[in-house]
Amino acid sequence: MTTKKSKLFYFIPYSMWILLFVIAPILLIIYQSFFDVSGHFTFANYQTYFSSGTYLQMTISSVWYAFLITLFTFLVSYPTAYLLSKTKHKQLWLLLIILPTWINLLLKAYAFIGIFSSNGNVNGFLEFIGIGSKQILFTDVSFLFVATYIEIPFMILPIFNAVEEINPSYISASTDLGANAWQTFRRVIFPLTLNGVKSGVQAVFIPSLSLFMLTRLIGGNRVITLGTAIEQHFLVTQNWGMGSTIGVVLIAAMVIIMLLTGEKKKRGRKMK
Amino acid sequence: MPNQSIITFKDVVKEYDDQPILNHVDFEIEKGKFYTLLGPSGCGKTTILRLIAGFTDATSGEIYLDGKKVNDIPANKRKVNTVFQDYALFPHMNVFDNVAFGLSIKKMAQQKIVEKVKEVLKMVQLSGYENREISEMSGGQRQRVAIARALANEPEVLLLDEPLSALDLKLRTEMQYELRALQRRLGITFIFVTHDQEEALAMSDEIFVINKGHIVQSGTPVDIYDEPINRFVADFIGESNIVKGNMMDDYRVKFVGKEFECVDAGMRENEAVEIVLRPEDLEITAVEKGKLKVKVDTQLFRGVHYEIVCSDTDQNEWVIHSTKKAKIGAEVGLYFNPEDIHVMRFNETEEEFDARLEAYEEE
Ligand SMILES: Nc1ncnc2c1ncn2[C@@H]1O[C@H](COP(=O)(O)OP(=O)(O)OP(=O)(O)O)[C@@H](O)[C@H]1O
Ligand SMILES: [Mg+2]
Repeated sequence: MTTKKSKLFYFIPYSMWILLFVIAPILLIIYQSFFDVSGHFTFANYQTYFSSGTYLQMTISSVWYAFLITLFTFLVSYPTAYLLSKTKHKQLWLLLIILPTWINLLLKAYAFIGIFSSNGNVNGFLEFIGIGSKQILFTDVSFLFVATYIEIPFMILPIFNAVEEINPSYISASTDLGANAWQTFRRVIFPLTLNGVKSGVQAVFIPSLSLFMLTRLIGGNRVITLGTAIEQHFLVTQNWGMGSTIGVVLIAAMVIIMLLTGEKKKRGRKMK
Repeated sequence: MPNQSIITFKDVVKEYDDQPILNHVDFEIEKGKFYTLLGPSGCGKTTILRLIAGFTDATSGEIYLDGKKVNDIPANKRKVNTVFQDYALFPHMNVFDNVAFGLSIKKMAQQKIVEKVKEVLKMVQLSGYENREISEMSGGQRQRVAIARALANEPEVLLLDEPLSALDLKLRTEMQYELRALQRRLGITFIFVTHDQEEALAMSDEIFVINKGHIVQSGTPVDIYDEPINRFVADFIGESNIVKGNMMDDYRVKFVGKEFECVDAGMRENEAVEIVLRPEDLEITAVEKGKLKVKVDTQLFRGVHYEIVCSDTDQNEWVIHSTKKAKIGAEVGLYFNPEDIHVMRFNETEEEFDARLEAYEEE
């Protein structure tokens, strides 16, 4: 009995946190989304969202950029995580990869402004090799580049853990049964790291949907995502109802992503 | 087909980080027999299997498979298959996909794969289990899936790394029979690793006893049990009473202060030797009928027999297996036959041992 009680006791801080900072805000946002600028109850916000082309286009563009960021992050992270698990001092390397996540996002963004600006390091190099200065900052490419750079550690970590968890005798077994290195990768290693990939996709795609700081600082507001739109509604146009509506849509999108990539409780994942 | 060696190791050395793990290992393995590598933990059994399968390279020496040198042939091109100690069944595939793995790598037609999988699953008595997930199988069933997966590729040699060690005693005994029967039926070569001497004795055509990266003795179970080459083998294979002695002459050996008739010969006069007497060869009789006089210290009922521990006046311990009870504290005689005395020389190599055995047996 006492153990049950004490377990409950330890659960209190966590449930308070969830209640105050997750559940309450979500309920507030949903509530808010049903009011117009002058404070009257309405469904108009949702109507506007789904009927006006602008918001839908914004949604599509958000998803598209989030998809690209996730894709590039994956393309860089998978080989890195895989090779990392084969290196000698993997914990050290891993630390070096995680280290940048400890630095504030804004700081990193400003650092990139310095690097990409018209008299920054990259353009300096381009001039040096004779190509000449280019507009790098405020382009889609630089936005994707920086976003990918920032998200990479969040993808590497779960994939690395999944690769590490693979029992080396599975690889021996695959070779023993005649598979070459590529076949072993495709049929044994990759499927067994799929859950790591899914976690990585979740960790990258969902935040990427609502990136707004980078869109301004690096993308120069050329890239408009739902995150940018929410920020504008709350801070500039003061249309909290519309901002909340977009927020609700984003939350719905996240839930859908979670469901799609979530672990289907397949029996037989672990056997040890 | 008989007497054709399918695997040959010539002076194989394996080092890890400059530490020798296998020291100049030489052996030949004949087609269609059941071999067992027997030795204590860490002696190099798995390393030998890994060298045969091709998961690791020999530091020096030559390895032949079916007459071809395979040192540079990768594991996926060798016609051997392995049943791993932890089975290594792919957890993301069901039984069918596991067993079919090797066949689909070979790009066999789907229809043929289905037939073959069915056939091997029947062989290991798992018909109808195709769609089960691995996690839904018991330890013994997983082990059979692992065997089926290896057999589906029709290997010439099947390597089994302690496949029974995770099973409980009853299942283990059952699987010992099944494995042996399977090997006889298929007629392919099995190389079986274990550190359980009873398992080795029960299953094998030939046993290689390994210690510290050396093959100490090889031979049939009966040979090794009856004529252990040294103290290590005698101790490792079955329980033994081992005492120091001296060879007085051919067929005369002296130990615990008395001379006995024996069946060993070909040694130097007065050479220091060790004597093995197996517990089941010793018989308790009246003091005056016995060749040795001992006192009963303890007695343990073991089910099939009593394990009786006695000591003589020189404080040597004698373990006896007897179906009859003894009385603790009683003075009794021990009787044994000349052929029960096994004489072992110090530092005799297997070749010298075999040569000596042949020499005096011809007389
Ligand atoms: N990859 C490796 N790197 C370094 N040392 C190794 C490696 N593999 C094995 N060894 C060493 O080689 C020796 C023999 O190992 P091996 O696995 O062949 O033993 P084994 O006879 O199979 O033992 P067990 O009965 O415990 O399985 C051990 O001392 C082990 O520490
Ligand atoms: Mg081993």
